[in-house]
Amino acid sequence: MEQEYVIEMLNITKRFPGIVANDNISLQLKKGEIHALLGENGAGKSTLMSVLFGLYPPEEGVIKKDGKEVKINNPNDANDLGIGMVHQHFKLVECFTVLENIILGVETTKGGILQKDDARKKVMELSDKYGLAIDPDALISDITVGMQQRTEILKMLYRDNEILIFDEPTAVLTPQEIKELMQIMKNLAAEGKSILFISHKLAEIMEVADRCSVLRKGKYIGTVNTSETTMEKLSAMMVGRDVNFHVEKAPAKPADVVLSVENMTVASKSHKKNAVNNVSLNVHAGEIVCIAGIDGNGQSEFVYGLTGLEPLASGKLVLNGKDITHDSIRKRNVEGIGHIPEDRHKHGLVLDYSLEDNLILQNYFEERFVNKFGFLKRKNIRDYANKLIEGYDVRSGQGPITRVGSMSGGNQQKAIIAREIERDPSLLIAVQPTRGLDVGAIEFVHKQLVAERDAGKGVLLVSLELDEVLDVSDRILVMYEGEIVGEFDPKTVTEDELGLYMSGAKRDEVTVK
Amino acid sequence: MKKILKNDGFQSFVASIICILIGLLVGFIALLIIEPSGAVDGMLAIIKNFMGYSSDVARTKYFANTLVYTAPLLMCSLSILFSYKVGMFNIGAAGQYVVGVAAAIYAALILHWSWFPCMVLAALAGVVWAVIVGLLKAYCNVNEVISGIMLNWIGLYITNIVLGAAKMPSSPYTYSLAKYADTAVIPNIGLDKMFKSPYAGLALPLAILFAIVIWVILDKTKLGYELKATGCNKNAAKYAGMAEKKNIVLTLAISGGLAGLGGAFLYLTDITQWFLGANSVPDMGFNGIAAAFLGGLNPIGTIFASYFLEHIMQGGSHLDLTTYCPEVSDMISAIIIYLCGFVGFMKYVMNKRRDTKKGGEE
Repeated sequence: MEQEYVIEMLNITKRFPGIVANDNISLQLKKGEIHALLGENGAGKSTLMSVLFGLYPPEEGVIKKDGKEVKINNPNDANDLGIGMVHQHFKLVECFTVLENIILGVETTKGGILQKDDARKKVMELSDKYGLAIDPDALISDITVGMQQRTEILKMLYRDNEILIFDEPTAVLTPQEIKELMQIMKNLAAEGKSILFISHKLAEIMEVADRCSVLRKGKYIGTVNTSETTMEKLSAMMVGRDVNFHVEKAPAKPADVVLSVENMTVASKSHKKNAVNNVSLNVHAGEIVCIAGIDGNGQSEFVYGLTGLEPLASGKLVLNGKDITHDSIRKRNVEGIGHIPEDRHKHGLVLDYSLEDNLILQNYFEERFVNKFGFLKRKNIRDYANKLIEGYDVRSGQGPITRVGSMSGGNQQKAIIAREIERDPSLLIAVQPTRGLDVGAIEFVHKQLVAERDAGKGVLLVSLELDEVLDVSDRILVMYEGEIVGEFDPKTVTEDELGLYMSGAKRDEVTVK
Repeated sequence: MKKILKNDGFQSFVASIICILIGLLVGFIALLIIEPSGAVDGMLAIIKNFMGYSSDVARTKYFANTLVYTAPLLMCSLSILFSYKVGMFNIGAAGQYVVGVAAAIYAALILHWSWFPCMVLAALAGVVWAVIVGLLKAYCNVNEVISGIMLNWIGLYITNIVLGAAKMPSSPYTYSLAKYADTAVIPNIGLDKMFKSPYAGLALPLAILFAIVIWVILDKTKLGYELKATGCNKNAAKYAGMAEKKNIVLTLAISGGLAGLGGAFLYLTDITQWFLGANSVPDMGFNGIAAAFLGGLNPIGTIFASYFLEHIMQGGSHLDLTTYCPEVSDMISAIIIYLCGFVGFMKYVMNKRRDTKKGGEE
């Protein structure tokens, strides 16, 4: 008898010290369907997939393949059962070609000599069959992220995997690439492959998935047919309450220029071209200016140049009428730059420090925290920390003395936002402030940014997420290869139009406003 | 109970004890392999150290001598610990200790200074030696381990040259301070009478005071906050506008000063004289690494760790030399010290065991 389900995970429970990551979760994947797995960060999606992939043994529950119980003790077992995964961060060898990456680990050799011809034939057949349009001889380092992802997909297909897991596959793609990926996923499903699609982007799930299972805080909430539900219903299942997707905000009232950037150029560390090339722009008080673009087009270096983390090759920075081009980082911070950094673990936090010590990271040297002999005023620090923790709803195990490294990503980000906003900067630079956050936390961050704007601050937002770009900003500047190539009004521009500028297909001359 | 088990200090303590026991066991096995008949006695001699003497007077005296050697070791381990907390491995402490010795003896025997200025000069010599490392790291991105090791050797030979002026004509050692420069000998503050040893004095109390000061700096002050932040995450420190280059140099300066003082704390007691034919860097600085780790990287912990290591090393000299050649005693103490460096690893193992056990039980 033909089994309806190709993979069944029944009553899976997986515990970690102090937390039940998966609490009696069941997931059934039909043959040839695209099944979305939806949940906030920490809901247990990754743990569940790790169990399926043999990385963790579950404490309770069984996994069945085609109705028969199987034991998956390591990723090799998973591969033998035809389970393949495209990880969020690709596992590719940069200096190898596409073909070499695909056959890596399952190479056929004859007398120790690599036999690539058969492999090439099989790869090209697969590529044509699913419309992947891949160049097998291109080096990974030379191709786009979208093509790298297709290489990962081909890796799974080459190994004859039947069950394909995609872990947040759209996070790194342009809108056009996302559309193409959706089509590829549909092709794969039509050919009988079964797909598990991990995401927290509701629009994509609604478009591509047949069914969707929702997890919340380690518990299984339910499985629904996407044709019979709405985005609002899905999000309520995921968060446990109704969430407002659209940022409520009044029209911007731009006032004086807070930050003026003139002909800024920053050298690149990895190649000979400039990472930021001759960029000029203004940020006014009371507006949110967004730098949109695909990752790696100079946005990070642009912010490093603004905040002083990297030196400018040339150009001029003026903050509130004062030239800060040659000022130190500390001076810029004190003069009124607040910086929510792109990488909260690298720059934003000292993970081994307590929450209270992280909350004073930008103003520990002020008189209220240090006495004249250089001793820290612990009581004042504690009071200040408690005020911020309450005001910004930063949740942690032990309050101000919690080690920040043990806190969830959302609360770490809240701590940074609290710290930066509380210093009352005239310019707030927020770089991908919602990266890796769940819907509830994203809503919080966006509200804070709008509140800062309404309080008359200039807000410079750097984002890779088009939804965020369109929803939050008052003015959009697109950055491509280190240059500003277009300026748009978020109320009138479409995603497709932005995508063309972000991928370099179109560009305008932009005059500084 | 759970709370105690999770407490970091308690974990360090238990891990240190386990490392010590493993070290003693491996040392014992080594003795068994070399010569089984004397192994038990040999091990007991090492562990007993001064307690092996039958007379009270001898016991107190040799206990005092162990304490005298503890002071410089404590200073070296504080030096290592301080820079380690700021994310640097100051292996150059050995060289900073040596130039401290050179400065102290030179000031005492050639310049005829009294003990306090001798100490200050020793500390300054250590500071200079460490600041070279710091400047190279901060401004030329030279790894502190590489430059530190090279400066260790440079420091050693410079010391031999400089102290040539203070060499006794008939022996390869420098003059004894007690005879030729008694104002340079560290005051005994009555401890010599209490311990029946002419070498017991102010050095160890001072070293303990420094341990407390370092603890206060690291734990209670703005400077410690900045330095530790730099050590934990130098990118975040830079992001917060801390002057990381300045902090690197400052840290090594303090670290070098501590090691340099360590040199003065030993040689200004006159318990030993500098051997001018020395062709290897004294191991005091390197043993400081073991003491710092054995002490759980806690300034107060290092006080006890330094004493313990010195106890084992002094104990090694009581090994029966008819059964074992003299190098064996060094080797056994080295094995024990080596395993003491595994405290961090032991803590990791303990935590892992506890976590998996917990995961299985619940």
